[in-house]
Amino acid sequence: MVQHVAWVITLIAMGAVALSFLWVAARAGEFAEYPGIVERAYRLRKVLFVVLLVVSGGVSVLTLGELPYATASYGTPHEGTFRPAQVVEAVGSRWQWELSPGQIVAGRPVQFRVTSTDVTHGFGIYDDAMHLLAQTQAMPGYTNVLTYTFQRPGTYHLLCLEYCGVAHHGMMGEFTVTSH
Amino acid sequence: MIIQSNLVPTRGARQAVAAYLVVFGAVLLLMMVLGLLMRLNQGGLVTLPAEFFYQSMTVHGTGMVGVAGVGGAAVLWYFLGRHVRLTTWVFVLNLLTFVVGAGMIMAADFIGGFAAAWTFLFPLPAKAGGQWEPWAAAVHLGGLLLIGTGFLLFHLDTVRAILGRYGSLTRALGWPSLFGSDPEPPPPTVVASTMVAIANTLGLVFGASVLVISLVNLMVPQFAIDAMVAKNMIYFFGHVFINATIYMAVIAVYELLPEYTGRPWKPNRPFLAAWTMSTILVLAAYPHHLLMDFGMPRWLLILGQILSYVSGLPILVVTAFGALMIVYRSGLRWDLPAGLLFIGVFGWAAGVIPAIIDATIIVNSVMHNTLWVPGHFHSYLLLGQVGMLLGFASWLGRAAGARMPSRFGIAAFWIFVAGGIGLTQSFLYSGHASVPRRFAEYLPEWIGQARIGALSAALVILGTTMLMARLVAGSGPAGGAR
Repeated sequence: MVQHVAWVITLIAMGAVALSFLWVAARAGEFAEYPGIVERAYRLRKVLFVVLLVVSGGVSVLTLGELPYATASYGTPHEGTFRPAQVVEAVGSRWQWELSPGQIVAGRPVQFRVTSTDVTHGFGIYDDAMHLLAQTQAMPGYTNVLTYTFQRPGTYHLLCLEYCGVAHHGMMGEFTVTSH
Repeated sequence: MIIQSNLVPTRGARQAVAAYLVVFGAVLLLMMVLGLLMRLNQGGLVTLPAEFFYQSMTVHGTGMVGVAGVGGAAVLWYFLGRHVRLTTWVFVLNLLTFVVGAGMIMAADFIGGFAAAWTFLFPLPAKAGGQWEPWAAAVHLGGLLLIGTGFLLFHLDTVRAILGRYGSLTRALGWPSLFGSDPEPPPPTVVASTMVAIANTLGLVFGASVLVISLVNLMVPQFAIDAMVAKNMIYFFGHVFINATIYMAVIAVYELLPEYTGRPWKPNRPFLAAWTMSTILVLAAYPHHLLMDFGMPRWLLILGQILSYVSGLPILVVTAFGALMIVYRSGLRWDLPAGLLFIGVFGWAAGVIPAIIDATIIVNSVMHNTLWVPGHFHSYLLLGQVGMLLGFASWLGRAAGARMPSRFGIAAFWIFVAGGIGLTQSFLYSGHASVPRRFAEYLPEWIGQARIGALSAALVILGTTMLMARLVAGSGPAGGAR
């Protein structure tokens, strides 16, 4: 969903930039006195500046409220009750992932405690359709806590999202999320 | 008040610029071929051993960043030389260190097997897992250090020359006009060169420091650095350096579009404010590369998002808008250099959009290290920075007498643009589809996208080769423009 929104916004905005450039390029051969153009353009620039500032400020306010960084809490409110998170130790080492415990239940937040024993890896969780759901870095000497709630039972995949050596692309794992 | 004057470059200086562009063109094409090979391999159209793929990836990433710096330095030096007295031998020394360093990197990677990507994230160089010998890591990192040292000397020479003329860096950034009432601000080229010198000197010092630490770690494994600290240093250096290459290249736009249109690019208050802002923002926005490092201080990551948003404003509102304003109904007669410069500004402005979106933390959670990332940086580097550099080279070549049938130039231009747009859009599409970057082997569902990318990359190479052939066919003294 997030990817789709990002893609659509990008296409629209890049398209708007492209049309602006094409429009100006098409009229470059005409001639008009520059002072008049500058006067109008500076007014437009002020508007553009304010619009971009408001949009970026608004997006920041909207998006910075839901950060993926875990809190110290081991549970999250869920349907009116406080449901404890499942804690899963996730360790990356060339070229495999180890999850402990391996049983994960849907509908309850999972707190992945992610680290690495050798070099930096990227802990990327994919669904069965190979859509990226969440990620964090797996770095030696650090334990990054990633909290995610699986809505549906099924098979999920782990891909390494930080280049780690010759078999980086093969550093994949799999786990099952059950309904109970 | 500072009196503007145009200094005339010596024959040696013009030849040095020409040498830079020759190296730029040769290395650029070689790196493009490596990029094409990687996309062909991902598309299942050729089969490369994984070792060779990752060696190529390391050379491609490192080489492209380096050659973007070489091209940018040529532009900066050529135009800054109109305003201050630069030292030709320092400029030449930078090219020599680049050539030697690039040779070391290619030997270390293709012969020694080193393949730790351009990022050489600690402790990967020392933990080869049997993939390369310590000497290969040392030669690669040593080559990078040599290249960085050359660029540091280059920037220090520009600082020396700017101080000799303007007295202080704040004066060269136009602060007396921005915050006071000085009616004679420095020209845009001086402002941009000063910003680049400040930012890149800091970036290079951090880069050199982490390189030295990594080199010592190779010899004395007990001498280690915290992986997160090293990553901060590496991305600070990489972020600043690659952005500086664009800020150097855009000088060609500031200098040449006014020449084409007869309209001045005035360093007014918004312009000076934008460049002062960019000086700070380019240094401060680098944490957006570490948004998935949850061990980073949270406030720094939040700041990374906010500053990344703000850093796009000067580009879009001042430079891109300024270029549109100066071209609009100017009576401009389009030719190849003007078209390439214009497409360069477009690539920069358009590429900023997916980059800013990726700097949004909740988006980065599902986009980081997918092909979305090469999608945006190929937009502002390939279409943007390389577009500007090819425009500059074409302008020099045209002035030196390069002539080819206009249809050839037009075809070359559109092939380059079509390939560039196809390549960047295929990356962005794949990124939105969650395809990871830096994978030698693809799942079946990703192969089709890689093939479109490979076709686009082939078009980019064809267009670039045609543009360069056009230049070589009429090659002459680089400074014929004067």
